[in-house]
Amino acid sequence: MKKILYLFLLPAFLNAQNTPDGADILRKVDKNMISKTSISTSQMVVHGRRGSRTITSKSYQKGEVNSFSEYLSPAREKGTKMLKLDDRLWIYSPSTDRTIQLSGHMLRQSVMGSDLSYEDMMEDRKLEEVYNAKVVGEDTIGGRKTWVLELSAKVDDATYEKRKEWIDKERYIPLKEELFAKSGELLKRVLLSDVEKIDGRWYPKKMNYKDMLKDGEGTDFIVDEITFDTDIPDYIFNKASLKQ
Amino acid sequence: MIRFLLKGIARDKNRSLIPIIIITIGVALTVLLSGFIYGMMGDMVDQNARFETGHVKIMTRAYARDKDQLPNDLALLGVDTLVRSLHKEFPDMQWAERIRFGGLLDVPDAEGNTRAQGPASGMAVDLLSKNSEEIERLNMKSSLVSGAIPKKSGEALIGDDFAKKLNLKIGDTFTFIGSTMNGSMAFQNFKISGTIRFGSAALDKGSIIVDISDAQLMLDMPNGAGEVLGYFKDGVYDDEKAQKVTEQFNAQYAKNTDEFAPVMQRLKEQNNLAGYLDYVDSFTALFVGIFVFAMSIVLWNTGLLGGLRRYQEFGIRLALGEEKGHIYRSLIYEAIIIGIVGSIAGTLLGLGGCYYLQTHGINIGQYMSNSTMLMPSVIRAKITPYLFYVGFIPGLFAMVFGNMLSGIGIYKRETATLFKELEV
Repeated sequence: MKKILYLFLLPAFLNAQNTPDGADILRKVDKNMISKTSISTSQMVVHGRRGSRTITSKSYQKGEVNSFSEYLSPAREKGTKMLKLDDRLWIYSPSTDRTIQLSGHMLRQSVMGSDLSYEDMMEDRKLEEVYNAKVVGEDTIGGRKTWVLELSAKVDDATYEKRKEWIDKERYIPLKEELFAKSGELLKRVLLSDVEKIDGRWYPKKMNYKDMLKDGEGTDFIVDEITFDTDIPDYIFNKASLKQ
Repeated sequence: MIRFLLKGIARDKNRSLIPIIIITIGVALTVLLSGFIYGMMGDMVDQNARFETGHVKIMTRAYARDKDQLPNDLALLGVDTLVRSLHKEFPDMQWAERIRFGGLLDVPDAEGNTRAQGPASGMAVDLLSKNSEEIERLNMKSSLVSGAIPKKSGEALIGDDFAKKLNLKIGDTFTFIGSTMNGSMAFQNFKISGTIRFGSAALDKGSIIVDISDAQLMLDMPNGAGEVLGYFKDGVYDDEKAQKVTEQFNAQYAKNTDEFAPVMQRLKEQNNLAGYLDYVDSFTALFVGIFVFAMSIVLWNTGLLGGLRRYQEFGIRLALGEEKGHIYRSLIYEAIIIGIVGSIAGTLLGLGGCYYLQTHGINIGQYMSNSTMLMPSVIRAKITPYLFYVGFIPGLFAMVFGNMLSGIGIYKRETATLFKELEV
C-alpha cells in the first residue's frame, strides 16, 4: 500500500523539486537586467492616435539609484535632460533654461507623450528587493518556455503593488510583464523581445509598453546600443551637468 | 357701475385693504424672484458663452467626446482654413480660436530654483491681433486689477488672487509646465503684464491668459486650436438661429467618418446648460402655480370672511329685488378692481426690488470658492418685459378665483327666508 502511495506522490515531489523558488528566479533576472553602470542610446517610438513619432536619447545609469538622460531628437526635445538621484528627479528645459524638480502627481505624467511615466523611468531597484515572488505556473511566449511569477510588493513605496512576470526559463529575462494597481486593476503591459547576449548577459533590446488606460498601440522602447559596467565620471550625476 | 364699485371699495377699507396687501406681497415676491432667477441664469449663460461655450462651438469629434479633460492631443488642426470658410459661410457671425490647457506654474528664485508652485488653468485667446474682439468679449479691460493686457509675445495675465498666493508682481517671470499636443513636456517662460479678476471662482482659480500664438508654440500645436467659438454679431444668443447654423455646418461632415472631423455644438448643448435652463423654466412655472394656488386659498378665505361680514348687505340687496347673478358679478368686478390695484402695486414693488438687486447684486463669492461651475460671484436680478406681467396675471387671477369661490354662497340664500334671517 505504501509503495502505491509513493508511486502517486513521486511525480508531485519531482515537480516541486524542478520548480525553482520565486526569489531565486528574481535574483537571476536582476543579474541580467541590473548592472553596476550602463550607457545606452535608445529610441522611443510613441504610437499616438494621430501617428507615430520617434524620440532618441542617450542615458547613463549608475547603480540602482542614479541616472542621467539627454534627449537627442526631434529638434523640439533636443537638449532636454533628466537627472535622477535617489528618489528625486529633475528635468532641464533648454528653451526656458530652467531646471525643475518633479514631484507628486507630476511623476505619474507621461514621459514625452509615451506610455511610460516618470515613475516607470525611476523604478531601477532590483525586483528582489521590492517584491516577494511566487511561481504560479508555466507558459510559452514567442516559442520560449517561461515561468509565470506573481509578485507582491514588500515595500511601501513600490510603483506597482502587484506584478505578473513571464520569465524565460533558460535566459532568466522577463518576456512579458503585467503591472497592477493596489485595487487589482491592470495598469500596464510590457512585452520584451529582441533578446541578445551583450557583455555576457541576456538583455531584451525591444520593449513595448502599453498603458492599459489609454487607447493606441503603446510605446516601443528600442535600445540601439548598450554597454554595461563602463566607468562613468561622477560629474554626470550632478545637477550642474543638466545645464552643460 | 364701476364708479359705484370704486366708491364702495374706497369707502369700505375692510373690503379692500387686506386683499390688496396680500396680492401686493404675493405679486412683489413673484416679480422679485422671477427677476432674480432670470438675472442669475442670464449672467450664467452669458458668462458661459463668453468664456467657454460661445453661441456655438466647433471641436473635433474626438475632442468633443472628452472635452471636460481638455484633450489638446485631439485638437483641431488647419484652423486658419476652417475659420476662413466659416467667415464665408456664416458672415453674420464672429469666430474666435481658443486653447484651454492645464499644468503647473513654477516661480523661480534668484538662482533659478523653484520658489513656489501652483496648479494653473490656462486660456489662450487672440490678444495681439489688431482686429481681435476677444479683449472686449472677455471684459478684460474692466477685469484688470493691475498692469496691462499683453502687448507682445511672451507676456501673460495671471489671476489676481493666484498672483498674490505665489507672491508674484507685474514684470516677474514664471515658467509654465504642461503637456504639448503630443504629450511631451511643455516648458515656457512668461512675463506678467497684468493681474485680472473676472469675478467667477471657476475662472479666477489659478488662471493664466496668454496669446494664442504663444500657446500654439508652447503646446506644439502649429495652426491648431482646441476650440473655435462662434458668436452672433449682436451678442445675443438665439437658440433657433444657433440650431440652424449647427445643422448646416454638421451636415457638411455627416458622411465623414474621421474622428478628427469638426463638429459644431450650440450653447444649449454644452455645460448642461439646456438642463439648467429647462430647470429654471419649470421652477418659475411651479413657483407661479404655487403662488396662484396659495393666494387663491387665502383670498377665498378673505372673501368668505368678507361674505360673512357683508351677509346682511347681500340679504338686503336680495330683498330689494337685486338678482343673485348681479350681486355675484358685482363681487367679481370688485375683485377685478382690487386685483388690478394689488397687482400694479405688487409689480411696482417687485420691480423696485429687482432694480436694487440689478444695481447692487448679492455677493456669493465666499460660497463659491471651491466651485468649478462657471458662475459670476455677484449674482444680480434683471428687469425684463416679462416681469411686467409675470406677477400681474396670477395676482388678478388669484383674487378673482378666491372671490368666485366665496361668492358661491350668494346663490345658496333663499328669498323666502331672507326676512327671517335679517330679523326684520
